[in-house]
Amino acid sequence: MEEFGCEWNDAPHSMGTTIMAVQYEGGVILGADSRTTTGAYVANRASDKITELTDNVYICRSGSAADSQIVSDYSRYFLNQHTIQLGRDATVKTAANIVRELSYGNKSFLECGLIVAGWDKYENGSVYSIPLGGTILRLPFSTGGSGSSYLYGFLDQAWKDGMNKEEAEALVVKAVSLAMARDGSSGGVVRTVIIDSSGVTRNFYPGDKLPLYYEEIPYRPTVEPMSA
Amino acid sequence: MTGKQPYVGQALDSPHAFTLAPGPTKHTQYPYVTGTSVLGIKYKDGVLIAADTAGSYGSTVRYKSVERLKTCGKHCLIGASGEISDFQQILSYVDKLILNDYMWDDGNNLSPRDIHNYLTRIMYNKRNSFDPLWNTLVIGGVKNGEKYLGVVTMIGVHYEDNHVASGFGNHLARPIFRDEWHENMTLEEGIQLLEKALTVLFYRDRSAINKVQVANITAEGINISEPYALKTNWDYKAFKNPTAGAVGSW
Repeated sequence: MEEFGCEWNDAPHSMGTTIMAVQYEGGVILGADSRTTTGAYVANRASDKITELTDNVYICRSGSAADSQIVSDYSRYFLNQHTIQLGRDATVKTAANIVRELSYGNKSFLECGLIVAGWDKYENGSVYSIPLGGTILRLPFSTGGSGSSYLYGFLDQAWKDGMNKEEAEALVVKAVSLAMARDGSSGGVVRTVIIDSSGVTRNFYPGDKLPLYYEEIPYRPTVEPMSA
Repeated sequence: MTGKQPYVGQALDSPHAFTLAPGPTKHTQYPYVTGTSVLGIKYKDGVLIAADTAGSYGSTVRYKSVERLKTCGKHCLIGASGEISDFQQILSYVDKLILNDYMWDDGNNLSPRDIHNYLTRIMYNKRNSFDPLWNTLVIGGVKNGEKYLGVVTMIGVHYEDNHVASGFGNHLARPIFRDEWHENMTLEEGIQLLEKALTVLFYRDRSAINKVQVANITAEGINISEPYALKTNWDYKAFKNPTAGAVGSW
């Protein structure tokens, strides 16, 4: 029987991706691009890579779409039970450790880099990075996905301690847009999620409204038809 | 009183593998987030162990504040190089071991030698199941006046010595230790020796960063320093003008 596969049809769905989360004074900002690829084809140009685990804890997903989805689903399932049994909201630390147990325990099967962030009354905002392998690290901010390679230098310079909500969100949008400008596996729109004591706010920054960088040009409807 | 402690053959019963893949569970792994060298020396009053705070992701220095030196109980400190997630798991096992020991409430507690032996069993047994913890561990401590310093590798090789190192440290630091270590060094001499080796490692190990911690274990207790930077020297004529006299710039 002949193989009919084409590499661009059959390659696993991967979220090339740029993901990011930043802790600020009263909470956290999560940010991500929206491109999902199968090989070179953009399977979904408006994906939502910031997924809810509980009311107060969200997760940014990168790497294999299937793997990050299944880990998120199982984590949400366990956290749901945990919240019922505990009788109050789960902490971000607990949520992150449940994600880590799955990530570490299945390390030879999974290929996903995750960032868990949220708000609870004990720690206020917290960000936990869970890269490939299942290491867990609490950090003031974290990036992930293929696009994050382009952000190390930028964030070394631009991230400052003690940012407020507006500054932190502006930093996330700027960083994710910069990564999208250079990483072929990242693109589309920028989505952000803000989590603080009062709840969750989702923001949407369409691709054509993002700032333009080096050698990018604006859209200008032609006024005159081209002359011969 | 026993929790889920590691046991022989455990890897084959992987508790968290929600997988339908047929056949035996294969766990041969690759390290992802790694720590580089750990150094250890005995001195007059106890043991000094040092490591930098980098967590590398391949060639990228991805995390710059990873604490690779951790206390275990009152008398012992473990330093790890290799995969950080596996080190975090080892700390969890040792934590349970120490807690278990404490709950006996019999006036006794585990010595650094006991912890070294426990870790050796874990590392060797997992190696036999082709499911290693990808670390080299340096264990040091002082109990009842006896200074202890040892190493366990990911394949279960284990030994004790007056000075030890993991990774690049074996090639760059041990020769310095062989030349300059002696019995009954003072604390100052010990730190100086470690810092000399750490500086060489920063110059010559691409995964090393200039942000280190030194831990001091004595009969009185364990103290891990806050991360600090080493002095480096780049001000040499030959560095400023490496190709003086050469045709071309090499």
